[in-house]
Amino acid sequence: MKKPVILLLLAFISATAFTQEGEKATGGIPAVVVKTLDGRDFNTSKIENQGNPIILSFFALWCTPCMRELSAIAEVYDDWVKETGVKVIAISVDDARSTSRVLPTVRGKNWTFDVLLDPNSDFKRAMNVNIIPHNFLLNADRVIVWQHTSFSEGSQHQLLELVKKVKNGEDISRH
Amino acid sequence: MMRIRQILPIIILYFIGLLFLSSMASAQELSSLARINGNFQLDAQLYRPDSLIGAPKVPEKILMNTFTNLLYSQGNFTAGIRFESYLNPLLGYDPRHQGTGLSYRFITYQAGDFEVTAGNFYEQFGSGMIFRAYEDWNLGIDNSLDGVRVRFRPANGIAIKGVYGHQRYFWELSPGIVRGLDAELNINDLINSLSQSGTRILLGGSAVSKYQKDELISPQSGLRYDLPLNVAAFAGRMNITSDRLNFAGEYAYKVNDPSSVNGFIYKPGHSLLITASYFRQGLSLQLSAKHTDNMSFKSRRTEMGNALDINFLPPLTKQHSYALIARYPYATQSNGEVAYQGQLIYTIKRNTKLGGRYGTSITMSYNLVNSLNRTAINDTTPIGAKGTLGYNAKLFDSGNEKYFSEFNIEISRRINKDLKVILQYINLFYDIGVIQGHIGDPDVKAGIVVADIQYKLSNNKSLRFELQNLSTAQDLGDWFSGLAEYTIAPRWSFSIADQWNYGNTDKKLHYYNFAISYSHKSSRIAISWGRQNEGIVCVGGVCRYVPANNGLMLTLSSSF
Repeated sequence: MKKPVILLLLAFISATAFTQEGEKATGGIPAVVVKTLDGRDFNTSKIENQGNPIILSFFALWCTPCMRELSAIAEVYDDWVKETGVKVIAISVDDARSTSRVLPTVRGKNWTFDVLLDPNSDFKRAMNVNIIPHNFLLNADRVIVWQHTSFSEGSQHQLLELVKKVKNGEDISRH
Repeated sequence: MMRIRQILPIIILYFIGLLFLSSMASAQELSSLARINGNFQLDAQLYRPDSLIGAPKVPEKILMNTFTNLLYSQGNFTAGIRFESYLNPLLGYDPRHQGTGLSYRFITYQAGDFEVTAGNFYEQFGSGMIFRAYEDWNLGIDNSLDGVRVRFRPANGIAIKGVYGHQRYFWELSPGIVRGLDAELNINDLINSLSQSGTRILLGGSAVSKYQKDELISPQSGLRYDLPLNVAAFAGRMNITSDRLNFAGEYAYKVNDPSSVNGFIYKPGHSLLITASYFRQGLSLQLSAKHTDNMSFKSRRTEMGNALDINFLPPLTKQHSYALIARYPYATQSNGEVAYQGQLIYTIKRNTKLGGRYGTSITMSYNLVNSLNRTAINDTTPIGAKGTLGYNAKLFDSGNEKYFSEFNIEISRRINKDLKVILQYINLFYDIGVIQGHIGDPDVKAGIVVADIQYKLSNNKSLRFELQNLSTAQDLGDWFSGLAEYTIAPRWSFSIADQWNYGNTDKKLHYYNFAISYSHKSSRIAISWGRQNEGIVCVGGVCRYVPANNGLMLTLSSSF
């Protein structure tokens, strides 16, 4: 058992050496088929925002920090869009137990950003999301330039600051 | 049966080969070709025996679960592996997880509308009533299929999926073979005149079959069951959505499938789920009904518990993350139940008298689950007798036994720019005998109040208080729970919490807990110390399932 593990580690270390390089050019969104709120198939490689920043936010209805975060974003979303042109896409990883409640919740709570359904966590797996909430910020070329997991009150202000920087083409790799 | 470990060297060589080839290319070429990423999580706990709360002595003192995923993509190919280690499994996880090795590896080739995957994969047909392969790390569930999957779109609006393989069974594979086919039609894409219609119609159908070779199972000595070797299941679904309305229905049927779960009866199983919703901006109403009759579907006849499920039968009830509400979670009774759910969400507009400056959101819901009314198949056969057709049951015919009901109202309101409050009241009925197997214990009737108060101290610092009270005369009696959390966004969280079982006539226990977490980019480290009650716990912005224990817990998580 020992040998393969060592080999695996070697493979892993040499792999990470060019991970960064790869991401820059190929874009950050893998092609996975998810569902729209009206039940249609949607390929995630088609996520785009005409050269403006995109926020992908993985959530579930049972995850209270996720709901707090999306409610906080919903309160200011119109201002964010006007200010930066950003597009928020919330991705529900609710399974069949609650996936049918997502559409009524989105409408009932007046959320105006986009919502996609990932009921078997295919997109979550492809994006290597462990725990939710998990946010990704994408630049004009749809490349992931920042990601963050967990939510605490005030994080939304930092997120907006980063969106502004990305919009202006600034490097945010140190944040 | 090919064991995962036997083919491990091949996978390693494959990856090393890919890496070697990639490193031959110049940096620029490389960047357009290959991408490697993955994630990692480690959960470890130092246990202290605590006889008061029933936390056992752990001989190893420390237990750990961990995984690392690696995904490699290049052009039309994606390949992935997962390394898992349970040394030994954390308390609350199935001890059969014990071990270390590669649990998952696959290669996918995708070209246009055609995709094929060889190795392990996850998949779901419709809502999963007859087929769902999935994983949930926090629950210790992984029933990935090991075999082959094909996805194909022969025309715009038609999606076909086929699966064939063995299920994962901890470090082995299931004895049964699972194969299935699913087709989904998007009517608006198929019929030109409907392509611009505001009403979207989807139809779907699937068939799944499992094969398990014959085995000797005796109801009594000298007799043996005549077991079906192939068991088929079929399902059909529709989904209609317009601007204001959604209607979804799904029906599943399974032929006779005598098993340990259903007590070796030969009755076919079926299930029907209907959901209707109305919504407009700021308002939604949803009604659901679900009939479940003898729908456990496993790839091994004698398997009990969570392993080897081919299908997924989630309850209609809500999933809660506030600790005291999560004390009484409901699980679908796969042998039979009739369930109803209604939910109303209303957001009172901002800048109105009732809604306040920021608006107020109200959610009300009601859930009810009853037993299935079973009648005898004839005068001489008792209900559920082994080796018979079991019983008769009509669609949506509720029995006399109530398993679960919940009335729930939640009000969420921002008082001013610094203060936000969520209030929740729940009235619960819980048949602890049926749901948790506490035979003979009286049904739990409980009232639960939750206040979640968030106060912003500055742009990035805030305080949050969670106060909960559960009052009941049954089970362990009344509980109070308090949590105070201080966060420095976006990285730090500090919290202190206590759950007090003040209504217990025997022992009025405290479950205290201290926690610190630090998140940076996609990495997170969390340390907590204290007693943990069983349930879903949310601290520091994330949620996970935790069994009863006492000690020091460490979680490391990262995506790269």
